[in-house]
Amino acid sequence: MKAAAFAYARATSVVNALELLAAHGDKAKVLSGGQSLMPAMNLRLLSPDILVDIGGLAELRGIAVRGDLLAIGALTRHVDLLHSPEVALHAPLLRDAVAQVAHPAIRNRGTIGGSLAHADPASELPACVVALDATIVVRGPLGERRIAATAFFNGIYDTALAPDELLVAVEVPVAGHGSAFFFHEYARRHGDYALVGLAARAVVAGDRFAELRLGFFAVGDRPLLAAAANRLINVSVTPALLAEATTALADELDPQEDQQASPAMRRHLAAVLLRRCVAALLARPELGVTS
Amino acid sequence: MTVTRAPAGLSVLDRPNSYIGKTVPRPNLDRLLQGRGQYVSDLELPRMAHVVFLRSPYAHARIGAIDADAAKRMPGVISIVTGRELERVITPWVGVLSHLKGLKSAPQHAIAVDKVCWQGEAVAAIVATSRAAAEDAMEHIAVDYEELGAVTDMRTALDSATPVIHASLGDNLAFERTLNAGDVDHAFSESEVVEADFVFGRHTGVTLEPRAVVADWNAAEARLTIYQGTQAPHMVQNIAALHLGLKEAQVRVVCKDVGGSFGIKVHIYADEMATYALSKLLRRPVKFVADRVESFNTDIHARDHRCRGRIGVKPDGTITAFEIDDLTGIGPYSMYPRTSAIEANQVVNLVGGPYVALNYRARARVVFQNKNVMCQYRAVGHPIACSVTEGLVDLAAAKIGMDPVEIRRRNLIADDAYPCASPSGMKFEQLSHHVSLAKLLQMMDYDALRAEQAALRARNIYRGIGIASFIEVTNPSAAFYGVGGAKISSQDGVAVRLDAQGSVICQTSITEQGQGSESLTAQIVGSVLGVSMDRVRVTLGDTDNTPYGGGTWASRGAGIGGEAALQAAKVLRRNILDVAAAILQSTPAGLDIVNNSIVNAGDGAPRMELNELARIVYFRPDTLPPGIQPELMATRHFVPRQYPFAFTNGVQASWLEVDTETGFVTLLKHWVVEDCGTIINPQLVDEQIRGGVVQGLGAALFEKCIYDERGQLTNANMADYLVPMSGEMPDIEIGHVVSPTQETELGAKGAGEAGTAGAAAAVANAVNDALRPFGATITEIPLTPQVILTALGRI
Amino acid sequence: MNAPIPVSLLVNGEPIDAVILPRLNLADFLRDNLKLTGTHVGCEHGVCGACTVRIDGEIVRSCLMLAVQAQGASVETIEGLSDSGEIADLQAAFRERNALQCGYCTPGMLMTAQDLLKHTSVPDRRAIREHLSGNYCRCTGYQAIVDAVEATAKTRAERAA
Repeated sequence: MKAAAFAYARATSVVNALELLAAHGDKAKVLSGGQSLMPAMNLRLLSPDILVDIGGLAELRGIAVRGDLLAIGALTRHVDLLHSPEVALHAPLLRDAVAQVAHPAIRNRGTIGGSLAHADPASELPACVVALDATIVVRGPLGERRIAATAFFNGIYDTALAPDELLVAVEVPVAGHGSAFFFHEYARRHGDYALVGLAARAVVAGDRFAELRLGFFAVGDRPLLAAAANRLINVSVTPALLAEATTALADELDPQEDQQASPAMRRHLAAVLLRRCVAALLARPELGVTS
Repeated sequence: MTVTRAPAGLSVLDRPNSYIGKTVPRPNLDRLLQGRGQYVSDLELPRMAHVVFLRSPYAHARIGAIDADAAKRMPGVISIVTGRELERVITPWVGVLSHLKGLKSAPQHAIAVDKVCWQGEAVAAIVATSRAAAEDAMEHIAVDYEELGAVTDMRTALDSATPVIHASLGDNLAFERTLNAGDVDHAFSESEVVEADFVFGRHTGVTLEPRAVVADWNAAEARLTIYQGTQAPHMVQNIAALHLGLKEAQVRVVCKDVGGSFGIKVHIYADEMATYALSKLLRRPVKFVADRVESFNTDIHARDHRCRGRIGVKPDGTITAFEIDDLTGIGPYSMYPRTSAIEANQVVNLVGGPYVALNYRARARVVFQNKNVMCQYRAVGHPIACSVTEGLVDLAAAKIGMDPVEIRRRNLIADDAYPCASPSGMKFEQLSHHVSLAKLLQMMDYDALRAEQAALRARNIYRGIGIASFIEVTNPSAAFYGVGGAKISSQDGVAVRLDAQGSVICQTSITEQGQGSESLTAQIVGSVLGVSMDRVRVTLGDTDNTPYGGGTWASRGAGIGGEAALQAAKVLRRNILDVAAAILQSTPAGLDIVNNSIVNAGDGAPRMELNELARIVYFRPDTLPPGIQPELMATRHFVPRQYPFAFTNGVQASWLEVDTETGFVTLLKHWVVEDCGTIINPQLVDEQIRGGVVQGLGAALFEKCIYDERGQLTNANMADYLVPMSGEMPDIEIGHVVSPTQETELGAKGAGEAGTAGAAAAVANAVNDALRPFGATITEIPLTPQVILTALGRI
Repeated sequence: MNAPIPVSLLVNGEPIDAVILPRLNLADFLRDNLKLTGTHVGCEHGVCGACTVRIDGEIVRSCLMLAVQAQGASVETIEGLSDSGEIADLQAAFRERNALQCGYCTPGMLMTAQDLLKHTSVPDRRAIREHLSGNYCRCTGYQAIVDAVEATAKTRAERAA
């Protein structure tokens, strides 16, 4: 199990990386943390002609608060998200999610930009950025563009990123007053890809949701911002209403069949997660139990 | 916490400073702790080449033209060899044993000739200067395959409409065994009868170091040295010589550190045979290290069984009869040389084994299919037999409304009923089911746990308790393989000698893959001789430098190799005392060896360090009295003769929680009480059991080789084939009962497989116990969330 | 295009200059080029943890990193941690507790355990199991390893107190 031969270019700047990508087109792959790319290459599922290693680009690192936004550089590693005080304060959902991503040695290399650009529908961070209403910042030969996270993911391993573009940062609206977050996933073993997961951001006012964004993952070909959440906003959530939302959710899902779970099971687990999420966010345990 | 049942009495082991029964760290662990081990995958030899095998993408296909011209021109390529070409160097084999009557299989080649029979069977070998170069070249070999219909479902393998894999065999039935003891029909007619279909996931060993071999044919010496991570070096020597047309003396097998075995590395694999042959063909060392995908596709699989079981029970809890109809699919060949019928044969032997019921009917059918080969893996057949038996016992208990512990109390063979035999003819010397069960209940505080379970149920928390009694085959005699014609030794030999500084060098034919073979040998030899362990060095894993013997498998190392070590050390001790008596003008009976010194037997006063004795013997023999010729080396061999197997027994319990909304199982605690006779090193025994339990827990919850209908293994990687990891495993508490075998002076039986035998059964019973309020019963493993939610009717 | 390229790094404190193919992963570089065979290869797709090493003080999977990515980095392997004495107590605890059988996972397990002990003074068993959850051991069933790590943590905490 050895990777096929390839050329290697260590980018010296974002501009240089973009030049390399422009020169090689879709024969090039960007090497960030490499924690998804390298297994695929070792298994010879992927054999790019050239790797453009952006790992040394300091300009893509770092977490900073800019006004109402938390700006996270593409090369920010999972471990950085886990320990960042800014993330803990302004986007704790990311911290909670990252704790479930693989294992320490992987989190020390894997990056947020790599995870988002890879767009595995079962991975945590894409669902988080959707739930957080984040913006993906990409740079290409024509300059920079900003893509809403909800418009970024096109399918399995497929994003709005063009082959000659580089994901450079993520901008997350900082958590406002009353914000609450929920993250949970069902994985067979600690650190495994989820069978189903949910990243949620809410604003709770009294006993109601003023806002509720539910980012499900592993329930389709991309992270899903569930419209069913809207049924629960600005109303008193009753078991009946929650049941309605759960039914509505099922219609939104398009789960894949794989070895771990059938589509029916994924629908079921998504419904369980929805109930448990609402119960947790509203601190009403009775809502979490099947009626 | 150990209950000893053996009659007390001083033995050769009851000596001052004995290491027997003591926890002492294994010698030489530092080597492994510091990354200084010598695994085959680490080995490099001058002129060594690397081989990679092009493997069939089809489960069943005829091989047409193989075009390797482009590949041969690739950089680094030394040779590309097809099955036809390799056939000239190595002969094919057939994996049958004469005592498994009717077992048939087809000739298997080192590299496929004409036809491939499973996805992953080698079609060509690419030998190159590096593994990467060989893999590059492999992509440029074109093979014309004509895909044939694949036999994948064992249930239809014998149907007339199903293609026959080996036309020369006539059908896809490899082996069938039936057994009928007592009067099952009559027993059932007077009982409540409960039945269930038990389904087991095909799984595999996943040794962390994949199979690895370096074969070095030295044409000038006309000798082949095989460096291989194997459990049975002499078996490998015999078979390599046989099929390469060599004498055994022309083959040396060396086995240093082995990165896990569990029965995976006790077989003869086609790609390893091909590697030996390639070295001979190319006259240079050739290295093969399976990568992880190859491991999943070619390391033996195991446990792919579907077993219908029936049990008869009376209202008072008396179990009247067991009946099973077992079906297993073993892949396209019976594995060589141990065969792939042993597992089903064991299932027949073992079902109902812990219980008194004498009415037993069984049928086992072993069928060919176009999947990877199956063969013996840790606790061969026991997890199937135990899961079926213990699952049925729990179903019977539920049927009559009896506590699972109570029904076992009423039916387990009484501890004073031995020796006795099972309906399948297994001879039991001395087992301890009842005292073991009592000890288990005390350890787990059964009644308190039941109370806790009931209290939690009221809060919609569903926990379950599962109990599984088991018996385990250990210390196999020649009855296992030798009587069937296999050149697999059931005896082992140990040579011990005193070196010139009074240290002891010990060579044993058992092997080490981490179980502690080296430690137990040193503990026994040190104890018997009166020498401290730091002065005992153990050599193993080298056919040139150890006595002839079987190796380490089937829980035999301690019981058989340990007894050989004991007997050899006794002889050496006698020889040393003879010399000492001559030097010290005493008598052998008047002297002893304690703490590396000759001492007076009476008052223990030191007389002479062994160092000094050795100096005189080796350098100043002129000073010894006339007629004295010291023999400071002794060799002894041992094989069990009285009992074909030294059965052990035990009982396990699982305590777990099922999230009935998600189907996820959380293992909370696991207990084991087992009886392996004399315990040489309690820590090593406990760790064998823990490791074995976790392999059984993997089977219970996670592990399964998933094939599609075309015979493609769809989860041949570590991300998709789920092995147990630390995060999900519980702490495991272990207790012992000690019923030594009287067949040996040591009294030790095997302990390596007991954990695996009963763990899955305990978990399955616990899950069903947890789900009882929902009326759901599951008799299938692995117990995945999908399976559990389906059983609960939630999806 | 796919030609070898130069790389300079520190391995166990020793400066290494090499010219290597880009495709060579760090595990193979350590094992095949530098003969540091204590770093083991178990799956080559980042799941088993046997190849865990330290880069600039942090654990990584060396099969998921190209050797050329280690340009300028400080790599530490089990041989280095052993020779420096940094984990002598942890190794002793593993030995006393028989927290290894075949030993193949052990270097990666020690690397990962030491990483935990550096970051958390006295982790509970749950935290130990979680931190080690990406390191596969087929032999031990994990409990002995958890015990050894727990014991080392307590001893270190007592010594620090």
